[in-house]
Amino acid sequence: MTGDRKTILDIRGLEIVLPSGADRPRALWDFNLTVGEGEIVCLVGESGSGKSLAANAVMRLLPEPHVRVSQGTIGLDGQDLLSLSETEMRAIRGNRMAMIFQEPMTALNPQKTVGWQIDEVLKLHTKLSKAERKARALEILGDVHIPDPASTYNAYPHQISGGQRQRVMIAMALVLKPQLIIADEPTTALDVTTQKQILKLIKDLQQAHGTGILFITHDFGVVAEIADRIAVLRLGELVEQGPAKQILLNPQHPYTRKLIAAVPALTPPPEKPMSNEPVVLEAKDLRKTFAARGGFLSGKRKPVMAVKDLSFQLRRGETLGVVGESGSGKTTVSRIVTRLLESDSGEVRVDGRDLLSASRAELRGLRKDIQMVFQDPMASLNPRRRVVELIAQGPIVQGVAKDIAHARARELLSLVELPPMAAERYPHEFSGGQRQRIGIARALAMEPRVIVADEPVSALDVSVQAQVLKLLADLRDRLHLSLLFVTHDLRVAAQLCDKVIVMSKGEIVEAGPTARVFANPEHPYTRSLLDSIPGRDWEPPVRSVA
Amino acid sequence: MTIPDTSVASDSLPDINLMPARSLVLWRRFRRNRAALLGLVLFVIVVLMAALADVVTPGDPLRNAGPPLTAPLVLAANPLGTDQLGRDIMAGIFHGARISLIIGVVATLISIAIGVVIGAVAGYFGGKVDGALMRVTEAFQTIPSFVLLLTLVAIFGSSIQNIVIAIGIVSWTAPARMVRAEFMSLRKREFVDAARNLGVSDVAIIFREILPNALPPVIVFASVVMATSILMESALAFLGLGDPNYASWGNMIGQGRSVLRTAWFCSVIPGVAILLTVLSFSLMGEGLNDALNPRQKK
Repeated sequence: MTGDRKTILDIRGLEIVLPSGADRPRALWDFNLTVGEGEIVCLVGESGSGKSLAANAVMRLLPEPHVRVSQGTIGLDGQDLLSLSETEMRAIRGNRMAMIFQEPMTALNPQKTVGWQIDEVLKLHTKLSKAERKARALEILGDVHIPDPASTYNAYPHQISGGQRQRVMIAMALVLKPQLIIADEPTTALDVTTQKQILKLIKDLQQAHGTGILFITHDFGVVAEIADRIAVLRLGELVEQGPAKQILLNPQHPYTRKLIAAVPALTPPPEKPMSNEPVVLEAKDLRKTFAARGGFLSGKRKPVMAVKDLSFQLRRGETLGVVGESGSGKTTVSRIVTRLLESDSGEVRVDGRDLLSASRAELRGLRKDIQMVFQDPMASLNPRRRVVELIAQGPIVQGVAKDIAHARARELLSLVELPPMAAERYPHEFSGGQRQRIGIARALAMEPRVIVADEPVSALDVSVQAQVLKLLADLRDRLHLSLLFVTHDLRVAAQLCDKVIVMSKGEIVEAGPTARVFANPEHPYTRSLLDSIPGRDWEPPVRSVA
Repeated sequence: MTIPDTSVASDSLPDINLMPARSLVLWRRFRRNRAALLGLVLFVIVVLMAALADVVTPGDPLRNAGPPLTAPLVLAANPLGTDQLGRDIMAGIFHGARISLIIGVVATLISIAIGVVIGAVAGYFGGKVDGALMRVTEAFQTIPSFVLLLTLVAIFGSSIQNIVIAIGIVSWTAPARMVRAEFMSLRKREFVDAARNLGVSDVAIIFREILPNALPPVIVFASVVMATSILMESALAFLGLGDPNYASWGNMIGQGRSVLRTAWFCSVIPGVAILLTVLSFSLMGEGLNDALNPRQKK
């Protein structure tokens, strides 16, 4: 399959067993995969598919003896890795194969400078002198396009940005010119624009050095961007494997088709005519500054302007997307309009009534009209309450009798497509998507006019994401709700939002109907955001998905 | 074409009837720790002794019941011997179990109650409220707790009620700090924001939303507080500051001290009783820690 390329990594018949009591006895079985020289192989799967365990098995980093390889061989350039001793393995790790992790902040040691950490790799695996090692480290930092290698060399990980940290990680992986790099979701924690740069960097370096890369990801956009070959994993089973073009454009296995169909298309809904519906949520000149509290001796630090003179209007039945990268202030906006965070100035009107100047007693009544769906469905549900109590809690606080509220909560379960028996259970018994449905039911129980959704699908797998988005859109249309939808994912915004506001550094840089903004971005920042969407040029084969 | 229907929440839930009850799960986890089971057995013995004191050794335990300083296993009427005033040691041990348990339970309730309220308020509101409350806590912590206990008992008198209250007052600081730390991490969780968003009041958020999530480590710690409460009472009694109207283990050790070289059993037998009771609490605490840890398997 790799043609005339030399095979670097050759995994045959790999089987990994899990400890008894896990959700399945084997994490992975009958797993065959090869990575050739200068080839990028993407291993794609949803959470729990075993993709990270496969990577850890290659590095021999499984938490043995609980999770261990029971069968199969892993060959690195003809050498069987599974038969090596731990000492021999240590000489190979970092030297002949290296790993890039998802979260560069935790993968780097916060107590040591960047230079020290690269130096350590060289010290362990080479006999270079101190001066040679430093020269090599500076050279590799330059290779990964760090703007000022000399000052980054002396910086601590927290002093450089997330994208730069990931570059440092890549530099550390590359410094010994390994034959194989395993990248485990290396761009998932990054903003889209940074992600695009990192993907390009990985691709460029890989071409220059001829390294084989095993790239693990859940994101088909990223796959479309860089993969030469693709392997799709579902619950430990390798369902499909082949050249990138073939899988992306003509997937054979139903699961692959389902995954690809769940990737939100980048075509926003057609522009609606100017709506005459009443304005239900209006924000005017919102401003929020976070005063960075200095220590007792360190003096005051500069305050951070999180939201600056922000205004918008949301009409009934409309969905307004708030998009931007991390630190753009979009989450702050969602918390100010629900008054979970106090604004410094400005006003928020829900149905004409001012929310920000409301007294505590008035606020309780107003909260009924503006409800929130949170990002993390695990953290936003109290683990010690049953589902029916969680959903009925709001109405009970608002003065509805307990039995009526509970009856209504049970009805809402069917509205969010959960079985009736879910009512008596605790949140930990549900999957991520089901938990988010509970969160939506809780918001709906208040019969709100506006729902503020803060990244409601970013913690979910793509296929589940599609279901939850569809549910939200359905409910919005059936109940004439207005949605304020905060997201970093432009694909998701394109699916759901009639209008978007694009935020950067606390300010709106562009606003308008989604179709117009996506087709004709005016602000350079919007343009760079749209250009950075991974797999932008890939048109997923459209299947019959309603 | 067989595309699975993506519009239904397809993953199924386990049957509710097959899920073991929560209490059963807790018991299974507890049971797996052998030492905790031993602690439970010891604790049950102490409780039985307290409950059956009037049946096994009827009458006032402080009365003269035999010749003074009888060694154990000599007279059938005084199987554990008598002290220098002829009081039956077995009666003292059985009736003393009551006092020790009452002191342990009530003083622990008092200290945990104060600790939970102060820790919860400080941890939830943070800022100036937290600063003020924590300075008060530190003020208590800088004075050695036993010295403070002696002072309180010296001022208010050594009746059993005063001793219990005083022990509660000197031992709330550690639970308060613990609850505060739990609250500081829990209040940032999204479910607290979700409750605020529904209009739930601060008091309800503190006690009905956050507190149940913060309790497991506090319950485990309560077993430690209970053990130290019993020790503190014994130490007070040893110094002659116990309530002389009750047979308590500490009183018995205190009085036996003067005849330690000739009649060791007067001090050693109640000493062993205290040792085993305190041991039972700490062993059970460890078992509770396992049982309440949600990461443990069923």
